[in-house]
Amino acid sequence: MSLYEYTYIARQDIQPQQVDAITDQFAKIVKDNGGQIAKTESWGLRTLAYRIKKYKKGHYVHLNIDAPHAAIAELERNARLHEDVIRYMTIRVDEFEEGESVVLRSKDRDSRTRDDFSSNDDYVEEEE
Amino acid sequence: MSTDRQSSQGGARRPFFRRRKTCPFSGSHAQKIDYKDVRLLTRYISERGKIVPSRITAVSAKKQRELAKAIKRARNLALISYVNQ
Repeated sequence: MSLYEYTYIARQDIQPQQVDAITDQFAKIVKDNGGQIAKTESWGLRTLAYRIKKYKKGHYVHLNIDAPHAAIAELERNARLHEDVIRYMTIRVDEFEEGESVVLRSKDRDSRTRDDFSSNDDYVEEEE
Repeated sequence: MSTDRQSSQGGARRPFFRRRKTCPFSGSHAQKIDYKDVRLLTRYISERGKIVPSRITAVSAKKQRELAKAIKRARNLALISYVNQ
């Protein structure tokens, strides 16, 4: 069993309930193949940095999965077949993050990160 | 690298002009490089969307490799773009 972070992007024009249905379907695939879902995170409808299959936005869902390789292979096979999933990425990690990932945290903690940003700007100017 | 530049730009007169920078990802309370952290990654990307070389950002070689990998993962997920304009 290994730990994986799995993220997929669903088409923008489907309903949030349909996104949940896809997540449930994927979770079932993982469970049937002897794995388990440690955490599910919905990042909501986000604007894509570039167009994917002509879509400008997509529903992002992020899963932490503890599963054997076979389950991940089956999951990716299904993701490729699924018409509503426009992009997915699986990454093996040594350990899961505690709590929410940065994507969700950054939404309600803008001020602190903006401070970091300005201090780093000084950095670059100094060099040049 | 930095010592060469200091001497060539008159480092003797202003010895503390260019302070030696340290890697932002090394040390005790360093940030973790995470491909999901768009705000962090955008600091190491030029306006054109390229990865900024470590000689400018002072990221250590080991962390630069990690950072490059994180940026490429974020690009794959359309969190940051491959090219701007």
